[in-house]
Amino acid sequence: MNTKISLRSVEKSFGDRKVLDGVDLDVASSEVIAFIGSSGSGKSTLLRCINLLESIDDGAILLDGVDISLPGLDADPIRRRIGMVFQNFNLFPHMNVLRNVTLAPRKVLGLSADEADDRGHELLRRLGLHDRAGAYPDQLSGGQQQRVAIARSLAMEPEVMLLDEITSALDPELVGEVLDVVRELKGNGMTMLLATHEMGFAREIADRVCFLHQGQILECAPPNELFGAPRNERTQQFLQRVIDSGRL
Amino acid sequence: MNETVPGTSDRPGTVASGTSHQPVSSREVRRRFERHQKRRSTLIALTSTLVVVGLLVALIPQTPGWYKVKRSFFDGDVFSETFPRLLEAFVKDVQIFLWCAPCILVWGMVLAVCRSVRTPALFPLRLFAAAYTDVFRGVPVILTILLIGFGVPGLGMDRPWNSPYLWGSVALVLTYSSYVAEVFRAGIESVHESQRAGARSLGLSSGQTLRFVVIPQAVRRVVPPLMNDLVSLQKDVALVSLIGPIEILRQAGIDKSKFANFTPYLGAALIFLALTIPETRFVDHLMARERRRTSGTTIR
Ligand SMILES: Nc1ncnc2c1ncn2[C@@H]1O[C@H](COP(=O)(O)OP(=O)(O)OP(=O)(O)O)[C@@H](O)[C@H]1O
Ligand SMILES: [Mg+2]
Repeated sequence: MNTKISLRSVEKSFGDRKVLDGVDLDVASSEVIAFIGSSGSGKSTLLRCINLLESIDDGAILLDGVDISLPGLDADPIRRRIGMVFQNFNLFPHMNVLRNVTLAPRKVLGLSADEADDRGHELLRRLGLHDRAGAYPDQLSGGQQQRVAIARSLAMEPEVMLLDEITSALDPELVGEVLDVVRELKGNGMTMLLATHEMGFAREIADRVCFLHQGQILECAPPNELFGAPRNERTQQFLQRVIDSGRL
Repeated sequence: MNETVPGTSDRPGTVASGTSHQPVSSREVRRRFERHQKRRSTLIALTSTLVVVGLLVALIPQTPGWYKVKRSFFDGDVFSETFPRLLEAFVKDVQIFLWCAPCILVWGMVLAVCRSVRTPALFPLRLFAAAYTDVFRGVPVILTILLIGFGVPGLGMDRPWNSPYLWGSVALVLTYSSYVAEVFRAGIESVHESQRAGARSLGLSSGQTLRFVVIPQAVRRVVPPLMNDLVSLQKDVALVSLIGPIEILRQAGIDKSKFANFTPYLGAALIFLALTIPETRFVDHLMARERRRTSGTTIR
């Protein structure tokens, strides 16, 4: 099994605030990692750093063994290989669904309009959105918007997907349709790193669950272990709080 | 809409109760109430307008200077003789407007983009754009026209490089592009950071992000204030007359001297209004549509 992504003592501060404090992790190809942890623990920041939307202060991020975090490196070709889906979808409101999905393939990969449209329609069909290709984002439900956002990301045929709490802006009854898509991606062998508050889902889909606390990974283990017999005291406390609030 | 306090008989529940034993749906009661209110406010507005206009018409001719004013501003013969010439001269205003407006929009956008770039290497560009907008927004347009219109041709260049049309237009473009740049910049900054993140995460470059994601959204948002600036431009074109071109204001001045009568200015004003009133109404319409789109309903 080869390593797809390596994090080597990654550090990141905003001003005086250390948000990532020496994060180490090796992610194998086709592996699914779920980051859990309380609000502000650094989950989003970590994903944004891997996507090079934030630059790190120290350490290294390797993609297929190549350091992608070197300062001065052209980030655009790397971002192409790493898809990211956001909590609030971030769809382009002035473009219809198909244009949202085909913009990057056309402008970045240089596909012709027809090729891009074919790819777009194919993806929308896969995600059950083929009849909404002409709709604008504000005419869609949250679940549909999030599926479009996933389709938009997949249209670049990324090698890795970063999913940042992609269901937390959704009504409970819409969560399922989005999670179905993630299951399918896992079935196809996509390498995924996801931040989530859905413990049940993390347990079901992740190969390993990593508990993040104040910018450090305190524990990383297969779901049964981490949820069943957490070793770290902080993890135990966190899970206890989750159980107490009825979210597990 | 709410200048009247509804009396008891206007209250929704009581409108129909006396006249009918049939149960009336609450929706019907509301509709009747609203119709009634609407008719009432229209009536009040109409009456008050008639009263005010009537008073003006009756009182103004009583003033001691009215006769003189009427002769020198409202002379029908002068009006009909000068109006066609004014209209002809106005074509020049429209022409100047038509070639200035696209230049202003393009140059204003360039300036706005310069001010929005964040690459440190391009800092000088940003500084230039900031200084430019500060200077040209801070100087009255009339001064810019005079300085450039008299200054540059003074360099003694040959035709067509000494044309007052050219330098008058340049002055307008310089000034108005600084206004328009600020409008565009506000639009660009109003596009949420997450839109950039979404675009960059797909591998779009910062230039592509600006071009395909940020600017289209920014422009949509600033169309109404932009149109306002264009309406102002339409009027300020007349200031170019100060450096020579015979456009409508200058023509009106010539006719004023010729007839020793101010009526031509009135004609010029009417011609401007014929263009600017529909323009401003159109802008209002756009703004109202934008407001409805963003807030759902209009609050009374
Ligand atoms: N751009 C920024 N500037 C300053 N501080 C930031 C910035 N982004 C994040 N932070 C801070 O970094 C810390 C970690 O934020 P992050 O968004 O990574 O947390 P999170 O684990 O994703 O939380 P949540 O579960 O609420 O999404 C927070 O304290 C946050 O305030
Ligand atoms: Mg987060």
